[in-house]
Amino acid sequence: MRVLVGVKRVVDYAVKVRVKPDKTGVITEGVQHSINPFDEIALEEAVKLKEKKAATEVVAFSMGGPKCQEVLRTALAKGADKAIHIEVPDADASKLEPLHVARALKKIIENDKFDAVFLGKQAIDDDANQTGSLIAGILDWPQALYASKVEPDGKYLKVTREIDGGLDTIKVSLPAVLSADLRLNEPRYATLPNIMKAKKKPLEKKSAKDLGIDVTPQTKVLEVSEPPVRQAGGFVDDVSALITKLKEKGFIKA
Amino acid sequence: YIKMRLSIIRTATNSFARGNYARISSSDLSFFEKAIGKDYVKTKEIENYTSDWTRQMKGSSECVLLPSSTEETSSIIKYCAEKRIAVVVQGGNTGLVGGATPIHDELILSTGRIKNNFHLEPSSGVLTLDAGFILADADNRLAEHGFMMPLDLGAKGSCQIGGCIAAGAGGIRLLRYGSLHSHLLGCTMVDGKGTILNLGGRLRKDNTSLHTAHLAIGSEGQLGVVTSVTMGVVPRPLSILSAMLAVSSYSDCIRILSLARSKLGEILSSFELIDGETMKCVESHLPLKNVFQGSHDFYLLIETHGSNGDHDAEKLNQFVEEALGMELAVDGVAANSENERAHMWRLREESPIAAAKDGYIYKFDVSLPLEHFYRLTEETRDKLKGRGRVYCYGHLGDGNSHLNVTTDGEDEELKKELSPFVYNWVVSHGGSISAEHGIGQLKRDYRSLGKSASESSLIRSLKGVFDPHSILCPYKMISTQD
Repeated sequence: MRVLVGVKRVVDYAVKVRVKPDKTGVITEGVQHSINPFDEIALEEAVKLKEKKAATEVVAFSMGGPKCQEVLRTALAKGADKAIHIEVPDADASKLEPLHVARALKKIIENDKFDAVFLGKQAIDDDANQTGSLIAGILDWPQALYASKVEPDGKYLKVTREIDGGLDTIKVSLPAVLSADLRLNEPRYATLPNIMKAKKKPLEKKSAKDLGIDVTPQTKVLEVSEPPVRQAGGFVDDVSALITKLKEKGFIKA
Repeated sequence: YIKMRLSIIRTATNSFARGNYARISSSDLSFFEKAIGKDYVKTKEIENYTSDWTRQMKGSSECVLLPSSTEETSSIIKYCAEKRIAVVVQGGNTGLVGGATPIHDELILSTGRIKNNFHLEPSSGVLTLDAGFILADADNRLAEHGFMMPLDLGAKGSCQIGGCIAAGAGGIRLLRYGSLHSHLLGCTMVDGKGTILNLGGRLRKDNTSLHTAHLAIGSEGQLGVVTSVTMGVVPRPLSILSAMLAVSSYSDCIRILSLARSKLGEILSSFELIDGETMKCVESHLPLKNVFQGSHDFYLLIETHGSNGDHDAEKLNQFVEEALGMELAVDGVAANSENERAHMWRLREESPIAAAKDGYIYKFDVSLPLEHFYRLTEETRDKLKGRGRVYCYGHLGDGNSHLNVTTDGEDEELKKELSPFVYNWVVSHGGSISAEHGIGQLKRDYRSLGKSASESSLIRSLKGVFDPHSILCPYKMISTQD
């Protein structure tokens, strides 16, 4: 089984994000970036399958500006065998939408047979949660989203999914699309020997333009603003004071 | 000479007897209430103030005061001096030698509410802030302006800057940024008579007289209450890279340190050690996992700070390639996100917490020449022969070992033997018995070790100048009786 894993370069999860003064987006200049945490989990799952001999090759993929190479190098250090970078100019990179990424994935799969596409369930910058479903629709492949457990089963994958009602276990036939949820696994650290070995692993770069991928935006961001400042709470001395306050604020009937 | 002095200490009775201080009365409480407000004179639910965080050291104080300013502090101390009320000064109460908690019924003066003023001068990088600011909070505020506190320690979420100065805190980036002496420009200190002393200033260079503000560093509350600090702060690095190395021998650790110094040079910021036993302790007592598969005898946590990520990554890669190529390190792991970096630091910074959960704990904080650094741990293990567990972690780059011994329950015999054994070993190998934690109450009996009679006499004289009635933090670092 050959697995294509999508990884996105996003603002680091631990960074305190701030809105640009012109409200067109968040500040990304000079801010720490790293691999989208859910994508890291997807990659870890693919590498685990390879270690169990259920997968033969793991290829990491990223679409965006030149700095994508950083997360691809990290992916190679964490177990991917090859990496593919679909490059767009920096100016277009911030306007990329899940549909463009899905189109790019389709182009790659047209030229190269893959049995599965693994992605994080959503990116922590746009929270779109669309790429997995879009590529499944475009390719007419079954999808297993929000996976919290993956078991290979011959020509199938048995996937346990986390949904609002609890756990849902399904079987999908390969080729299939899978999206990783938080509890699927705990990603490994990139060991220094592997980081050094990763420098020698192949990283292929193609431009979106040359591949004929249409990256015309379908949506336009009108405004990005901070959430309202949380109002300070107050202390009350006892239960009767609490009741009075609740009545004052109209939360309980007088 | 040292063996003779130690035998004197060993046989001396524990002279923590309560001094001739007044007991707090209701009229005293009324004064305090008028001075700082009724809400800030606490007499109930004060366990968190009367004992240290390990709960091994506890006093019998009945009153905690929380002034909000230098002026309120001054009026309290002036009153206590007149009435001969003993006072213990407390910041975040994160100290490791019981310096901030009472021995008897000393009045506890907490600096936690003195945090009104915070002023940064961005072009000079000079910060003036009140003593009650928590280190992590001050650092977060500086981050917004592209600056950083020059010191960082495990207790940063609770320790206060006044306490950091009084303790002479070191921390995990002293290797790069230097001690507090490199940064302190001035401070406000209320002395033992209640006099408000404005020492030093905001200038980087001022050679017009004695640099009095620096007396506050490591003064452990003996000379006064620090209520405001003026210090230089450093630019916040744009690139922070962290890595951990697994090493099989101590001598390889030292070779890696030399390699790091030469290959990483000016960007080397932290070089910390966690020994194999400590890592096992961390894994068993905390919900924290090692970053390596399998266990090793030594772990190094290395961090670089710089202004150019590509440049620093290039240097770090070269260093790592050599360390692994020369087989100085058995394995290594790099942090690829803030989460991974935070996890690595938790392993190091929560080592003391894991050790404290391991049993009754004896904490040591010593400085040793590098060739002797780990032999102390090995010889302590030999001496104990399984009577206790021995852990070693610390600021290897600074030669500062945090040796910890734990036993199941208090072992009175061991208690009498262990400190003299460790301190004798340290001093006879040219080290310091307290690299950064200070003397407090825990190391009181050994405070004169290695000091000449003339220096000790000078220190007592200075104490007399600042605190003539000896009301500040008695029974600890400086005694007027020695």
